[in-house]
Amino acid sequence: MKCDHCDNEATVHEVTVEKGKKLEKHLCEHCAQEQGLAVKSHTSINALLTKYVMSSASSQQEAVRVCCEGCGMDYAEFRQHGLLGCPECYSSFEEQIGPLLERAHEGGTHHIGKTPRRSGGSVDRQHMLAGLRRQLSEAVAAEHYERAAELRDAMRSMGHEQDAGDDDGGVGRARARSEDDA
Amino acid sequence: MTSPTEGPGDIGAEWLRTAGPDSDVVMSSRVRLARNLAGFPFLPKASREDRRQILDIARRNVLDAALAKQVMWVDLADSPTLERQVLVERHLISRQHAKGDEPRAVAVSSPDERLAIMVNEEDHMRIQVMRSGLALSEAFDHIDSVDDSIESRLEYAFSPRFGFLTACPTNVGTGIRVSVMLHLPGLKLAGEIDKVRRAAKGMSLAVRGFYGEGSDAVGDIYQISNQTTLGRTERQVLDDFERQIIPKVIEYERHARRTLIQMRRTLVEDRTHRALGALRSARLLAADEALQLLSLVRLGLMLNLFSSDGPELADVSRLMLLTQPAHLQKAIGRTLDQAQRRIARADLVRAEIDRGRR
Repeated sequence: MKCDHCDNEATVHEVTVEKGKKLEKHLCEHCAQEQGLAVKSHTSINALLTKYVMSSASSQQEAVRVCCEGCGMDYAEFRQHGLLGCPECYSSFEEQIGPLLERAHEGGTHHIGKTPRRSGGSVDRQHMLAGLRRQLSEAVAAEHYERAAELRDAMRSMGHEQDAGDDDGGVGRARARSEDDA
Repeated sequence: MTSPTEGPGDIGAEWLRTAGPDSDVVMSSRVRLARNLAGFPFLPKASREDRRQILDIARRNVLDAALAKQVMWVDLADSPTLERQVLVERHLISRQHAKGDEPRAVAVSSPDERLAIMVNEEDHMRIQVMRSGLALSEAFDHIDSVDDSIESRLEYAFSPRFGFLTACPTNVGTGIRVSVMLHLPGLKLAGEIDKVRRAAKGMSLAVRGFYGEGSDAVGDIYQISNQTTLGRTERQVLDDFERQIIPKVIEYERHARRTLIQMRRTLVEDRTHRALGALRSARLLAADEALQLLSLVRLGLMLNLFSSDGPELADVSRLMLLTQPAHLQKAIGRTLDQAQRRIARADLVRAEIDRGRR
């Protein structure tokens, strides 16, 4: 159907009934805007949500600029997808996700229940491990095997044994090299 | 991989028998734990190399832990689409886990399939234990010991305040999801299913269809699961389910069935006998239609409406799975289009529905 005012396709249709008489208007988006009939353009749900998040509280405005040191995720990115980037995000965004968790978990704010048996579970320790692992990956990628071996030893000394093994690619090679060197 | 289905006669998985405690209403019980390895990013920020390392660590430690007599490890990136679909239909992996070519896997205890560990799904590890009927405590004891055994070998991401850390904050804390698969044809026929949905929603529980999130309640099969994982212990969540929520739903369903039999016996007899008649004589069957008919026959069996003429419950439960698209094609031994599947499905049902009676 053509627009009542121009040759464009009509996308906005208005029907009003006045004194028992039906009045129809068929307009393209441009003409509809001129007549004050249509909103500017289609706005995606995501855009609306982002707008909402950006504009709600001032603390949240700051929040969108908060970045996780562990993985580089920023808070807006999390709000967009609903998934966090790494364990450190929980400390990086602690202030922001606190209220969100409370709503999602019927007022629950702190963990009760099972805890891991091993001595682990200290947040600082796990963050340090994550940092060592990042450096280890970089060292392996750059073929700095001695540095990689040192990093691996450092992880070991923290009681982190989980990836000791033979078939773990570059990390394993780094370890084998360090043993050869010894 | 060894095939989960060796033919239409054997479905292997113990929990799929849908027998066991309160199995007139509760088909199966499931508990799952979400776990992530310390020191790695969550999957949204994990590189392919990270995923590969996580997969290696998980494989080595899960297989070393000897969690069952036999554990089958399936590298999903290498397995054919049909094989992955079979795993989805058996509830061993999620639909999301079946997609894509990133390094990921599932470990399954064989042949009972009670234990399954998805690796690199939304979290590094999703451990699940399934049981036939209402058996949540048993399922929890099992998964708890599996979790301990894995945790003695590797380090989970954990914080004293937030508990087990997960990619999605809705799972953080205990990481536990308790869910029960319910057969509610009575409430459906009585038009009271929305009451259950509303009541569940009021208690912060999720109600979903046969195949989880976003699936319809085909065959009057519903899954109810908890959504709160922070600030409540595993036992509290479990107790709520076992002592209050599920017994209530069981009571409602049984009451609805009794009322139907007292007030509208002929209607129920008509529906269930027609369903059995259709299954015994149909020449074309769609998957949803087959499931709906099998659901009615299951109801007829539970209400003793068939006298000596009815099929065995085991055959009905088996067919609920074997009529699913991937299982059907696996049983036939080749891929079929939708029209071919309808013919093959009807043939299979006619051949199998009275197997136990012969």
